[in-house]
Order: sequence, then structure tokens, then C-alpha cells
Amino acid sequence: MNTRAQQEPLLVADDLQTHFELRQWGFIRTGTVRAVDGVRFTLDAGEAVAVVGESGCGKSSLARTLLGLNRPTGGDVRFAGQSLAELRGAAMKDYRARVGYVQQDPYGALPPFMDIRRALEEPLIVHGIGPRAERERRIDAALEEVGLTPAAEMRGKFPHQLSGGQQQRVVIARALLLRPKLIIADEPVSMLDASVRVEILDLLHRVQREHDIALIYITHDLSTVRHYAGRVMVMYAGRIVEQAPVDDLLAAPQHPYTEALLSALADPDPANARHMREIPAGEAPSLVTPPPGCRFHPRCPQAMAGVCETRDPPDFHPAPEHRAACWLREPE
Amino acid sequence: MAVTANPDSPLLEIEDLRMQYRTEQGPVNAVDGVNLEIRRNEALVVLGESGCGKSSLAKVLLRTLPRNAGRPSGQVRLDGRDVLALSEDRFRREVRWVRIALVMQAAMNALNPVVRVGEQVAEPLRIHRGWSRRAAMARAAEAFEEVGIAADFLQRYPHELSGGMRQRAVLAMALVTDPDLVILDEPTSALDVLTQASIMNVLKGIKRDRGTSFVLITHDVATSSELADRVALMYAGQVVEEAPAEAFFTAPAHPYSQMLMASVPRLRQEAAPVPIPGRPPSLQDPPAGCRFAARCPRRFERCADDPAVFHPDERHRVRCWLHDAGGTG
Repeated sequence: MNTRAQQEPLLVADDLQTHFELRQWGFIRTGTVRAVDGVRFTLDAGEAVAVVGESGCGKSSLARTLLGLNRPTGGDVRFAGQSLAELRGAAMKDYRARVGYVQQDPYGALPPFMDIRRALEEPLIVHGIGPRAERERRIDAALEEVGLTPAAEMRGKFPHQLSGGQQQRVVIARALLLRPKLIIADEPVSMLDASVRVEILDLLHRVQREHDIALIYITHDLSTVRHYAGRVMVMYAGRIVEQAPVDDLLAAPQHPYTEALLSALADPDPANARHMREIPAGEAPSLVTPPPGCRFHPRCPQAMAGVCETRDPPDFHPAPEHRAACWLREPE
Repeated sequence: MAVTANPDSPLLEIEDLRMQYRTEQGPVNAVDGVNLEIRRNEALVVLGESGCGKSSLAKVLLRTLPRNAGRPSGQVRLDGRDVLALSEDRFRREVRWVRIALVMQAAMNALNPVVRVGEQVAEPLRIHRGWSRRAAMARAAEAFEEVGIAADFLQRYPHELSGGMRQRAVLAMALVTDPDLVILDEPTSALDVLTQASIMNVLKGIKRDRGTSFVLITHDVATSSELADRVALMYAGQVVEEAPAEAFFTAPAHPYSQMLMASVPRLRQEAAPVPIPGRPPSLQDPPAGCRFAARCPRRFERCADDPAVFHPDERHRVRCWLHDAGGTG
């Protein structure tokens, strides 16, 4: 299926599940949140892929599972051929050094009482990188890399002295310090001002390419994926319902949910004010009691009675690198 | 709706409006000489980056300013009458929520968690109109239907509603007194694409069916085009361009507007978005002359002087020397 499959992909998610148990009074099980529920994808070294979905679709749980912060309850993640489930202690620590994390809220990502130098030195110390002069050199290099110059001056600042965009640059510098193979950026710009968003995305894009780092860019904003990712995965109710190279997905979406997302999304245009948008009714389903069959069928304008509400659609392949979990794409 | 006023006269006129915040570092000129006009059944989008003064403008209009805000100067005329000069008591009885309602930023998270949403949506009618509980609840039910929530949700508590539904409930609260003007401060910024689009649909429907006027305050260019009849772009406390939506989105006149449009990521366009270099100036000590000059690729000698406002077209105003009739614009 994958033309580049000569070598092992960097990351493989195989039927990955992360369920959380809901308990009342701490011990009575009252349900299960199926936040990640059977996710399959591969990621090549140096590849940038976007994960797009609405809030509550499980995309942040997926990020935390890939980071090793949540233990998967089923399936497996393999990084460079090794299963994440087998990693313990030092091996897990080593894995975390190779996977950088850029979170949504730069204001909460940096400890307010640490100046930038300390915030950046911390991961280097934790991972035993020394001596001090070497750490200082790496910190300065990282600050310059993300455009926080002069580094000597920036090092002494505290987070509250920086703008949101600058703080996010520090977070990116921190993610780069340990020379990761993969960066997971979870909504890295959604809390920033519109004009700063493009700068930060440009920065991520540049460092990703220059260092040949793989990037998982998680976002709810489909309009930004075109320029910052090669491939898109669309997530709905804990599952990836469609994945394809960006241009294919935009030109010929194969899943009705993706079509809905695309038609809901405006580019600036005075004509927008003159017509109503077609929006599927209802809201994203509960992850505790997802609908049977295809999880999008209650909102789907093309749902087929007798099929979509009873049988879970597998991935179909409408094009070689295009996958869609929708019965409409079942071959004749 | 006011029946006495001439339907063609502007609903709201803002003239040379100024407001400062007092801070330890000195005064901050958040609203610095704003002139705007909103007609009946018109949606005006006030666009700008954070810190440009757009939210302060909303707070001045509805007098929901924090304690460190100074007394605004200038005029705000509603149907020709200066409401800025009204006493607080008369403003509360005659203007706020009676004629002009506000949906504050993140208002959906400000609902009282221990009061059923229906009671909260009905509250403006009971306070401002003195309606009975029964009548107010009946009207709240209608408002709920109008914004697309089933009326039985009136009995729910805020935590039982999704983010999109809470935002709709807040919108219902603003509409329940049937105001002439609704000011929306970033009404969709915390919501998902599909929820955003459906809320914009609700607003379009209300504008069409009720003839309500809107002031939509946002930094999101794409979403703003969903409702805009006209656009006012703010920069460093001032309106730098005000134009019909058609002109603003297709042929903006101010260099800042042009760069802002080029910085928007677009789904259906090959060209990559281009960030605007630099940062907006401090509102404490704004630079002399044009406030955008430091970031402007087209600046020239005259930009050292405060730009006058030029009219490239009818109802189109630009605060930029390039549009001086003798200039190069």
C-alpha cells in the first residue's frame, strides 16, 4: 500500500486504543470513554502529517498516547520498530527524548518561576547532557534557531515578559533541544493571534524540514493544513475516517464528514454573507456511547439505511494512497 | 424596534470616540479617535489583532468597562441621541440590553453553573422589561428555537450543554429583549469549524428575519466574511480602513489591510500565507505619524505626519497618505 515501504516507517499505530474508565466514587465503573478507538496509520521519517478533527474527537488523547503519557488499552504503537508497550524506565526516557511536544497553551507550558535558560536547561539535565558549557551552547543555538535573538538577552527573561508567540517559540526551542526524530504539535497556534499563527507554523515547518524531523500537526483548522503538511488524517469520534495526501483530500474528499468540514470552512469572500452554509445537523457523538455502525451515520446526508447504522465500515482505498472508512467507497 | 426614527438614518453613530486605561506605566490609549456608523439591518465587522482596541470599543459602547478605564470622550449617538452622556441609571433602563445587547468574549463560560439556562436567558426580560416569570420563560423558549436549541433544554444546567449549545444560549440571551443592535465579541473563536459555521448561519438568519444590526468584533478574517456588510479594520486604537465588505475582501486599500488579507491561510488557494513582519506599537506611547509605518513596505516621507482620512469611494475610508488625491495610491 505504501510506495515508500522499503524501510520500516518511523511510527506505526496499529489498531491503537486508548480507553478511559469512568468511575463513580472512585470504584464503581459507570462507563468507558473510547477516546482513541482503533486508529491505524504510519508515519515516515521526516514526514509531516496533519490530524484534523473537532474537539472531543480524541485527537489530543491520540497525541498523549503517542507521547507515552497515556498507556494504550489496546493495539500498539511502534517507534523505529520498537513497541511502546515494552518501553520501561530508561528506555521510555530515551523515547521521550526522541519525541518533542509542542502543546496548545504556551502560557501554561512554561513554568512561570523559571527564566528561559532554566526552562530550557531542565530537559538537558534530565537527559544527562553536559557539561554545563555544552548545555549553554545548545540553548543558545536553539533560541537562535527559533528566532529569539539575541539569545544572551532572551535567556534571562521570564515567560510573563514574552508575548504568546515568543512563548510558543520557546516551547518549540525546548522541543528541539534533544534533537528529536518526531515532534507532536497539538493545536500549536490555536491560542495565538491570527497574525502570529502563520509565523509559528512557518517556523515549525522550517525546523521540521531542515532537521528532517517527522511532524504530527494536530489541529481543528483545516485551512492551515495545506501549507504545513503533506498528508492529512481526518479524525471523528475516536477514529481516523479518512487519510490522504493533502491535495487529494482537498480536491476529492471521499468521506461525507470530510466533505462537511470542507464545506463549512470559509475563505474570506464577501459572497459568504449572502448564503447559508450546509452544515450536518447535530453534534459529535459521545465517546462513551458512540453510535453503532458508522459513527457519522446519524449526521450523514448520504447514510444508507440498513448498512451504515449496522455495520462498521472498514478502510476502503479509493486511490492508492487514499483511505476512507465509508460504505459509499466499497468497491462494486 | 424604534418606530419613530427615519429608517434611512444611521442606527448608531460613533464620533471621535476616545478612551484610556490608567495603568502603573501610564495611560493606555485603547480607543483613540474612532468614527463609525452602523445602519439598520447592517452588520459591521470590527477586525483587528489582539490589543488593537476592538474589545475596548465594545466595552465603551455598553459601559462594561473595568475600574481602571477613564471616562470616554466623543459621542455615541443612538437614533441621533448621545447615549454616552446619559446617566448610568438611564443608560441601564433605556439602552443596555433594551436597545443594545452584548455577547462578550467567552460568555458561554460565564453562565451561572447553578442556575438553569432557561432562567438565565429569561433574566434580561424580567430585569429590563419587568415581565413575569411565565411570560419571560415563554419568550426564552422562542429565542431558544430561534438559535437552534430545543426548548426543553431551558431546564438544563450549563454543564449539561455542549460548548456550541452554550454559545447559542448566550446568543438567545442577547436576543430575548429584541434589541436593535447586538454586539458580538469573538462569538465563535473557541468553537469548532462545524459549530462555528452553524452559529454564523444562525446570525445570518436572525439578521434576515428580524432586521437586527450587528457589530461583530473578531480577529478572524474568514469568519468575519460570513456576516459582514461592512468592515472596519482597527490598528493601534484607530480605524485604519472602513469599507463595504465587497471592497474590503477583494480590493483592500490600506497597506495593512492588504498584508492582513495575504496573511490568512486559505484552503482553496495555492499561495502560502505571508506573515506580517513586526509587532503593533505600544498603545502607551504610540509613534507619531502613521502607526503602521514601521511595518509598512510602502512608507514614504509623509508617513511621519498623522495620516488624514481619505475617501477612495463612497462609504470607503482609508487612513493612509497613499490615498491622497495627489499621492501615488
